[in-house]
Amino acid sequence: MPTLESTLDIRSDQFADNHAAMGRLLGVMEDLQAEAAEGGGEEATQRLAARGKMPIRERIANALDPDTPFLEISPLAAWRTSYNVGSGFVVGIGVIRGVECVILGHDPSVRAGAFNPFNTKKLMRGLEIARENRLPYVQFVESAGADLRGESGEDPEAAIRREEEHFGETGRLFYEITELSKLRIPTVSLVFGASTAGGAYQPGMSDYNILIKNQSRVFLGGPPLVKMATGEDADPEALGGADMHCTVSGLGDYLAEDEMDGIRLLRDVMSHLNWRKQGPGPSLAPDDPLEDSAALLGLVSEDLRTPFDMREVISRVMDGSRFEEFKPLYGPTLVCGWASVHGFPVGVLGNNGALFSEAAEKAAQFIQLCNQIDVPLVFLHNITGFIVGTDYEQGGITKNGSKMINAVANSTVPHISIIVGASYGAGNYGMSGRSFGTRFTFLWPTAKIAVMGPKQMAGVMSIVGRGAAQRRGLEFDEEADAERAAVAEHWAEERSKGLYATSRVADDGMIDPRDTRDVIGMCLSACHNGPVKGTKEFGTWRM
Amino acid sequence: MADVTPISLQPIRRLLIANRGEIARRVMRSAREMGIYTIAIYANGDATAPFVQEADEAIALDGDSSADTYLNLTKVLEACERSGADAVHPGYGFLSENTEFATAVEAAGMIWVGPSPDAIAQMGDKLSAKALMTDAGVPTLPAKELRAGEDFAVAALEVGYPVLVKASAGGGGRGMRIVRGADDLADAVASAKREAGASFGDDTLFIERWLSAARHVEIQILGDNHGQLVHCFERECSIQRRHQKVIEEAPSPAVTPAIRAAMGAAAVAAAQKLGYRSAGTVEFLLDGDEFWFLEVNTRLQVEHPITEEITGLDLVREQLRLAEGEELGYVQADLAINGHAIEARIYAEDPANDFLPAPGKVAVWAESTSGAARYDTGVVSGSAVSQEFDPMIAKVIVHAPSRREAAARLARVLETTRIQGLTHNRDFLVACLRAPEFLSGDTTTDFIERVKPAANRIVSIDERNAAFTAVAMVAQHERRLNAKVLSTINSGWRNSVMPPQRSQFGFRDEELRLAYAKNRDGTFSTGVGELVNGDPSLDSRVQLYSVNQESSEAHSVELAIDGRRQTLSVVRVAQPGAQEDEARWLVHSARGDIEFTQLPRFHRKGAGDAEGALVAPMPGKVLAVEVAVGDQVEKGQLLLILEAMKMEHRITAPTKGTIVAVHVQSADQADNGQLLIEIHNDIDSKNEDSAT
Repeated sequence: MPTLESTLDIRSDQFADNHAAMGRLLGVMEDLQAEAAEGGGEEATQRLAARGKMPIRERIANALDPDTPFLEISPLAAWRTSYNVGSGFVVGIGVIRGVECVILGHDPSVRAGAFNPFNTKKLMRGLEIARENRLPYVQFVESAGADLRGESGEDPEAAIRREEEHFGETGRLFYEITELSKLRIPTVSLVFGASTAGGAYQPGMSDYNILIKNQSRVFLGGPPLVKMATGEDADPEALGGADMHCTVSGLGDYLAEDEMDGIRLLRDVMSHLNWRKQGPGPSLAPDDPLEDSAALLGLVSEDLRTPFDMREVISRVMDGSRFEEFKPLYGPTLVCGWASVHGFPVGVLGNNGALFSEAAEKAAQFIQLCNQIDVPLVFLHNITGFIVGTDYEQGGITKNGSKMINAVANSTVPHISIIVGASYGAGNYGMSGRSFGTRFTFLWPTAKIAVMGPKQMAGVMSIVGRGAAQRRGLEFDEEADAERAAVAEHWAEERSKGLYATSRVADDGMIDPRDTRDVIGMCLSACHNGPVKGTKEFGTWRM
Repeated sequence: MADVTPISLQPIRRLLIANRGEIARRVMRSAREMGIYTIAIYANGDATAPFVQEADEAIALDGDSSADTYLNLTKVLEACERSGADAVHPGYGFLSENTEFATAVEAAGMIWVGPSPDAIAQMGDKLSAKALMTDAGVPTLPAKELRAGEDFAVAALEVGYPVLVKASAGGGGRGMRIVRGADDLADAVASAKREAGASFGDDTLFIERWLSAARHVEIQILGDNHGQLVHCFERECSIQRRHQKVIEEAPSPAVTPAIRAAMGAAAVAAAQKLGYRSAGTVEFLLDGDEFWFLEVNTRLQVEHPITEEITGLDLVREQLRLAEGEELGYVQADLAINGHAIEARIYAEDPANDFLPAPGKVAVWAESTSGAARYDTGVVSGSAVSQEFDPMIAKVIVHAPSRREAAARLARVLETTRIQGLTHNRDFLVACLRAPEFLSGDTTTDFIERVKPAANRIVSIDERNAAFTAVAMVAQHERRLNAKVLSTINSGWRNSVMPPQRSQFGFRDEELRLAYAKNRDGTFSTGVGELVNGDPSLDSRVQLYSVNQESSEAHSVELAIDGRRQTLSVVRVAQPGAQEDEARWLVHSARGDIEFTQLPRFHRKGAGDAEGALVAPMPGKVLAVEVAVGDQVEKGQLLLILEAMKMEHRITAPTKGTIVAVHVQSADQADNGQLLIEIHNDIDSKNEDSAT
């Protein structure tokens, strides 16, 4: 297989500027990661420690096999919201006793591990990863249940007007836990503390439950609710203590002496699962790329109008920088070809400009070919969209773009998306955006995801406004329009930033570009827990 | 005369070595050089020992204990007969000074490589030997035999305290007790009697005056069958524990040419009186320039190599040659002392625990490459030091132009000898050799009590941390290499802030944690701190150059810690029934050996966790249990007696308390670490009660 040669000039001013900007973005990301790792803060952590409780990250670290990697999902969820950065749950893919699994942990230092919209979304995402990739699901439960406290000081009327969700829509997580079990994907709950009300069904629906002596409490209704419901003054240990559940109710399967003992028991459970991956696993040489991944930091400009060659990314991510390009002379704004990451064969699609008809058709063909041979797809996004204009519309860009989207949507091999730069509009869909059944989506700090570029959006709104004014014969206020456009552009820009996307759990997290190879490798390995099978079935091709 | 074999000679062609371990190997080495076919005999436990494998032929004695094998006259003689040996070399110990055996060997028409059975008999009984020496004009110390019915208290008073109670048939420090006053005499006599009986089958004792601060100096003699005798100068063997030598040197720093001449003459005179042939040793006590005869050892001594080093003689070759009937071929004036030689004996014993034997498996054994040294050893990596036999692992001998150089090199050689997996006295030997008292030649038999050399060497924090780091690096390397999934992803890769990787170690009395994280540039950030303090700060930087697997459990690792590049060798000893991350680690570097345990991440209660638990310090047989459940005991009170390595060990109460459990009874075999007795500490629990 041929090897890509880099033409990146690491001594150029452009590189230096890009590198400096990337450094700033990474700095922000790392600061937020550190903030997320603090959980509910030093005081809360100390308070828990005094009761023999470890911070959630300690619990997870102790459960993992030493020296194995851990891929955290959406570590910066709930940034720029009224909740803690990280949302109070930790979700990730780790290895316990040689078994890759999804680990979900309530952080008891953050509002006693209570649910909120962001950590619920993260939890649902964890369950989805487990289901789609056939990964055993492990949850470290310690939760006060739903957060009943609400926002302090907010006008209740304003709050009710703002709310979009209703209790009637909730509870899907319990459905999903038991569905995993049905799919023969093991589910294990290690209960570290209170698991009340709905939370009680987290162990309730699990295959295996490990409870910790004098620490775990599982009950549908805690003592206050019991008092309200029946007037009974219930003793918490008798009502839902670990001893009781392991000796009387049978809800507990294993009784642990303390937290570390519970983790030991979890590791024992994982080791008896007789887990066998159904994918073929890595089959090619997993040698490092020839090109240094550090140069990825200077490749992409913050100003996404500055072009770069996606092959520079490919050569720094793929095994041995090897890449066999498909149709290099046709539809050149989309680079397609075969390579491997950590020994897993992949088909790669990377943007080198807007999507034209030829590029879209090439993509549709390439995706079908990869489905023919059961090879997963890696999408490297830097796409401002499908090309627009009369000539292109007449040339069938919508029809041909639809072919690409048809192929992407119905493809059954695993897809992994890395949003390197822009991912706008239908380009996001064509490149297997989040909504297209993509198994994993990770962002570079330079990523921007939106319906279109902020400037274009502001401009479009301005043109539409001007048109409306003309039709009504009104005078168009240029100054006000400019002001409106600036404000619109500013907020569109803010909302298009990767950090905003990742905070809303619209992806699986923001990564250091140098980690791209390892992230893709971990994702592919996760995918290979399930079968890796392509399809011949697609929607009707619009010819 | 031409160099031809005279008809009168009786050449040895097939030599049976009636011994084991290093001395069997030593004898075979010279025999091979002389073109002699070598035959080993062995106990079951020695079946795979180097001396058995190296012999041209080996005969199983089909037994386990000394008594049933190397001490079993019938079996050994039968082996001699079956093997068609024409000569027997007895080595030292076992049957080497057994008149009956020597006589039987000669009666069967084989050559006995040693003095005549008659000489052995005369010297075997220590009291008659002394009488003989007095006749020959050699000074002796006052002594008295304890015949049946003899009042030993009176005898001791006659001899004068302090006295040494000694087995008449003894050797090797067994059945020997120093008694400083009348109060301790009865106990000492009783236990020396038991030990002498068990070791030599003869419980006759005698009492001798004890000189507490003299030097043990001995003269090597050689005699042929034709009446010619020479001495090969002296050896000083004053550094002893449990009346057994651990460091020997030649010449003695205290022996002047005049003393040497007088002592040599006395030894030769004694030998002449005996009609001595072959190699032998006349032992003296030396105080100032006065000396007294102690005993004659009618065999090769353990410490013979130092004499070989300074004289250039091969004493085993001399023995074999003389046994064949050759003449000495040289006279006293032909012999001269060349330089200085020191021997140190590495034993499987615990210097921190009264030098109690500590049998076990020599997990790793490797000779030093830091300077020239002679190793006489019976072990290789993987050999077991059994409780059945002498726990000596090796003798290390250095020959140098001066005493100072010999001591310096031997200390360094010992320090860099790799010997791991069991408790041993190496560090103690190094401390002896580096003690100013030793270097100034101030060596008397009370050296160890007086100087109190350290039982363990001081390990710097740097060295300790380097060893932990090497182990952690090897362990992570192996885990990544053998991972079933994601093995090619970077070690401990994270995309968020997570706690570092950790390894926890028990080193001596400390519990420590090493934390580490791999950096993007391939280096590791590491830190070591006390376990109770949680994660240490990762302020060291480790560059890992290479990890090479040398065997299934052994690796060598080359790394730089904060710029200090070093190569360490790391061996993992898995513990049966241990958790996945629980292991013993043996690390060797230019700085020496370090051993430590890796503490498991997850704890499990073991037998030793029980309150006030007393465990067997070594494998052995329970001779007597002196207490029962419910007994109140005082601190220091005798609880039980354990017999191991033919010696008695008294297990006493570490604290005042009540016996709550007794797990063994008399005649039980206790394994090393086995729970014997549990005591409830009354004092502590009272304090607890008042506190709550």
